[in-house]
Amino acid sequence: MNIINAQYVHDTLTSVNTGILATIDGTEMFVPLDPANRHYQAILEWVAEGNTIEDAD
Amino acid sequence: MTKAAELAKMGEVLTNSQLGGRRNIIINGAMQVAQRGTSSTDIGASGGYFTIDRMMLDFSGTAGRLTMSQSTDAPNGFANSLKLDCTTADTSIAAAETGFIQYRIEGQDLQQFKKGTSDAEKMTVSFYVKGNGNATYICELYDADNARQISKTFAVTSSWNRVVLTYDGDTTGAFDDDNALSLYILIWIHSGSNFNSGTLSTTWTAQTAANRAVGGSSFFSSTDNELYITGIQMEVGEQATPFEHRSFGEELALCQRYYELIGKAGGGDVLVGDYTTSQQTIYVNSNFKTEKRASPTVTKNGTWDVGGNGVQPEIYTSTVHGFRWGMSNVSAGALSYAINDPAGTNITAESEL
Repeated sequence: MNIINAQYVHDTLTSVNTGILATIDGTEMFVPLDPANRHYQAILEWVAEGNTIEDAD
Repeated sequence: MTKAAELAKMGEVLTNSQLGGRRNIIINGAMQVAQRGTSSTDIGASGGYFTIDRMMLDFSGTAGRLTMSQSTDAPNGFANSLKLDCTTADTSIAAAETGFIQYRIEGQDLQQFKKGTSDAEKMTVSFYVKGNGNATYICELYDADNARQISKTFAVTSSWNRVVLTYDGDTTGAFDDDNALSLYILIWIHSGSNFNSGTLSTTWTAQTAANRAVGGSSFFSSTDNELYITGIQMEVGEQATPFEHRSFGEELALCQRYYELIGKAGGGDVLVGDYTTSQQTIYVNSNFKTEKRASPTVTKNGTWDVGGNGVQPEIYTSTVHGFRWGMSNVSAGALSYAINDPAGTNITAESEL
C-alpha cells in the first residue's frame, strides 16, 4: 500500500481518537484503530519506517 | 445387509462425509459478485482488491501490467469468470518479482482441516481455467500462522478444463482459531528466481522461497496472454466434488463480511441532513447489512451534492456493526444536507484480510 499521509480523527462526541484519516493508494479513507484492520496494520508498518501520524485538528 | 441397514449406512455417509452440508470454503468462487466494479485496467504496480469480490491480485517489482475483469466467458454451468488480460509485457524478470491471484481465509473457517494434529485432513482445491494457449502456473497453499507451504503445478490450455489439486494434510502447525488471516491460496502467475530457482515444494514444509513457484510460466511474457478462472472450490478430503453453486444473494451476503457498498454510486439513495438551530455537527449512525470481520475502513467516495449549509460528510467511528458519520460544524438556520447524487459518490466499508 502507498500511504501518503495520516492524521488522527478526534471524535467530539466521545472525546477520544477513534481512527486515522489516511490517504492510501490515492484514496482518502477513515481507518479504525483496530489491529485486525489491514489498513491500520499497514499504517503501523509505515510508522515503523519512520513516518508520523499527525495529531487531530 | 438389510434394506434398513443400507439406508442407515447411506444416511451416515451423507452426514459425515464431504457430501453432507456445505462443502466449499471459498466465497464467490463462481465470480458472481463484483461490488467494486467489473473491470480495472493497468494493474501490476501494487496489490489490492480491484473487481471481483474476495479475489485479490498482488504484485511486486514487475513492469508487467494487466486488465482484470469479470468475464461472461465461462464453462458450461457458470455465468462468469475472472479474466486477466496482459497489456504490458515484462520479459526482463528481476529475482524478487512476484505476481499472483490471492484468496485469503480466516483461521476460524479452517478448523475442519485439523491442521497440526495427527488427524490432519487432506485439502482439495479445484477450479476451471482457460488461457490463450498452453501455460503452466503454480497453486500454492501458504500457512500464514506457521510460515509453511505446499505447491502444485497445473496446466492451462486454450479450452476450459477443470483442475483438481489434492494437498496432503499437515500434521505440523495448527491454524489459529480467530478472525485473522491463516491461509493464502496463491496462484502464481509471475515470479523471479528468488522464488523459482529451487525444487518445487510438493509436501508441506517450512517455507523456502526458492521452492515456492518452480516451473511456472510468466503471465507477463506476452501481451497475447489471457487467463480465465472460475469455479474455485476448496474442500476437506481428497475428493473433488462438483462445484457447490450458491445463490447470488447468499454469495453477496458472504462477501459483505469483507466489503460492503452503502448506496449505489451516484444513486442519490444515501442522505445525511437536519435543520440546524445553532452551529453544530450532524451525526448519523448507520448499521451494516452484515457484521464485518473486523472494524472496517470506511471511505466516503467522491464529492457529494450539498444543500442549505451542508458540507462534505465525514466518518467519525467504525465498528464491526456499523459506523457513525455526518457533517461537522454546520452553520445555523437552514435545512442542510449532503446526498450521493453525483457520479461516483457513495460510501464503502472494507475489512478484507
